[in-house]
Amino acid sequence: MPIPPKVRSIVDWIDHRTGLETAIRDFLYEEIPESSGWHQVFGSIALFSFMVQAFTGILLAFNYAPTPGDAYNSVRYITLDLTGGALVRGLHHWGASLMIIVVVIHMTQVFISGGYKKPREATWLAGCVLLLTTFAFGLTGYLLPWDNRAYWGTVVTTQIAASAPVLGQYMQRLMGGSDGVGVVTFTRFYAMHVMILPLSMIALIGIHVYLVRKHGVAPVAGDVGPKKRFFPEQVFKDTLAIFAVFTVLFVLALVARAPLGRLADPTDTSYIPRPEWYFLFLFQTLKLFEGPLEVVGAVILPNLAILALFLVPFIDRGRAIKTAQRTVAIGVVVLAGLAWAGLTAAAIRSTPAAMEDTAGLEPDAEPWQLVAPSELAAVGYFRMQNCGKCHAGGKVTTHKTSEELIAHFKQATTVTQLSDSQLKALANVFIKMNPNAAAALLSAPQPAVDGAMVYEKSHCGICHQVNGVGVKLGPELNGVALRRNRDWLIQHFLDPQRLSPGSTMPRYRFSPKDMEAIVAYLHKVPN
Amino acid sequence: MIQQTNPNRRTFYLTVIYGLGGLMSAALAIPGAVYLLFPPRVKKSGDWVEAGDVSQLKDQEPSELVFKRTRLDGWRTLTEKTSAWVVKGGGQQITAFAPQCTHLGCAYHWDAGNKDFLCPCHTSVFSMDGKVVSGPAPRPLDEYEVKVQGTKILIGSIKKAPIVS
Repeated sequence: MPIPPKVRSIVDWIDHRTGLETAIRDFLYEEIPESSGWHQVFGSIALFSFMVQAFTGILLAFNYAPTPGDAYNSVRYITLDLTGGALVRGLHHWGASLMIIVVVIHMTQVFISGGYKKPREATWLAGCVLLLTTFAFGLTGYLLPWDNRAYWGTVVTTQIAASAPVLGQYMQRLMGGSDGVGVVTFTRFYAMHVMILPLSMIALIGIHVYLVRKHGVAPVAGDVGPKKRFFPEQVFKDTLAIFAVFTVLFVLALVARAPLGRLADPTDTSYIPRPEWYFLFLFQTLKLFEGPLEVVGAVILPNLAILALFLVPFIDRGRAIKTAQRTVAIGVVVLAGLAWAGLTAAAIRSTPAAMEDTAGLEPDAEPWQLVAPSELAAVGYFRMQNCGKCHAGGKVTTHKTSEELIAHFKQATTVTQLSDSQLKALANVFIKMNPNAAAALLSAPQPAVDGAMVYEKSHCGICHQVNGVGVKLGPELNGVALRRNRDWLIQHFLDPQRLSPGSTMPRYRFSPKDMEAIVAYLHKVPN
Repeated sequence: MIQQTNPNRRTFYLTVIYGLGGLMSAALAIPGAVYLLFPPRVKKSGDWVEAGDVSQLKDQEPSELVFKRTRLDGWRTLTEKTSAWVVKGGGQQITAFAPQCTHLGCAYHWDAGNKDFLCPCHTSVFSMDGKVVSGPAPRPLDEYEVKVQGTKILIGSIKKAPIVS
């Protein structure tokens, strides 16, 4: 493509003063071995993934508040209220997983082909540090949404660090976790994630790419063919590969919502913590060792594995041979892959179906969902007794006290079969008349209202709490929809002890209609 | 010796590199711009707030009524103090002005001596009915929606006054 002389002279002017064009030319027209090709695209994809993470990370930082008080709500705000926010967060969330996959594939490719051999040992070492940095990004990053997964994951992380011999207490202090995970740990993880790690990453990528350039791209053993240029053929292959991966990432970000659980709750004993998928193998390794040996699984073994990774070029010092003949290397990769897959599968099998992962993405509860069960049931009495015939929209003006209202109910021609306690509940709604109850009167769906009436009739509030009303003898019912599905609830009503051994809850043999109603209601109770 | 790429292939490579590169840049830049520039999803806007009582007002003398209102600030719902300059006109007509100068948002005050509103920042002056008397202010004072229920003054959201050239 010929360049117009005007443009040429401007480019020359800039190049004379900055050397920019020459530098880009030198970079692009780098000579690479003839055997270079598709197997070498992973380094470029890894670099591209990092750039996507940096870009989306900066965008997120524009609307993210890094304190335990605000973090969760700002992540919800980004995901639910901002146009494109869910996409940006999706790209960052899934991009993190993608980056780990790509980096590991890149490393595996270099390992199998023996690309780390003399004189490229330093390139491999820089790559190992890059791998650890990528993992550190993941670890510090998933604290930031401050949901249950974030909180408990970080509690476990800081405790593992604390269990390390000699250095443990200092590591824990550095993470600000000596007195438990809180603001200090949070801020330090954030500083790691957005300052130390990106700077380290950029510096390391610089070193890594410089070394690749210094030693040249590693040729396949026996390649003595003529050299070719990096641009445009290899860049074309890199671009196509990057595009394929980016398409997958983009579609994933559009289709699969990045999870957000419930707000971190240090008192939540029902939550079962699990790390991100890429740390599950470590989580499972930990479980293989117990008691005094735990430090082996938690600290010693992972560190030995990292050490082994660093030492690879110094252990395997033989001459370069064809990849197909590198049976030991291939064997190591296969064994490591099997071990990883086995451990991860075992960890997944012990993980309950994550019902909580999207709890934080539910829209805010409607006002009618926030009222006490007795108030919602009263809405039912109001509708059942046709009070709306005279009091459209729930308008009452004359009666000031509960007694006056009850007297009015008793006189009213339409009101019939209500018990004294039901009359009292109905009167209470109108005496207090908070805005949520007013909304409930108009908009609460009938199935939920029916359920609230069953709830009241069965006196569930003697042992359970909903929206802070009732007695907390049994489990609080807010959030029950996340923990239990419909069938479980029905079976549990019929025979509580079968599903919760030791429970003191009596059996409830509701009519099919009542059963339907109460389950519908419990699933509408806000989380 | 360096292998040379066939010119036709080279053109094809370049087209793909720039095409896909541009596509991916756009796929990141456009959502990024939308994310930064589009306003957040609108939630329920402010209700009427009780700001004071009609008996607090004097004839032909604006009063600054301070009241609390709930405002959505990003992911937070704030309950904060705010104020309005409330004027009772001749025909019991009540007007409530937002407390910021329409020039650059400074808080103006009532200058009882001159019988006008004076902004201390760039000396914009407004008359009692909110019109610009002098200074750089581009438009009259912004008014709140206001209604009277019994003797209570209820204040709603701000309606923007049009620019008068």
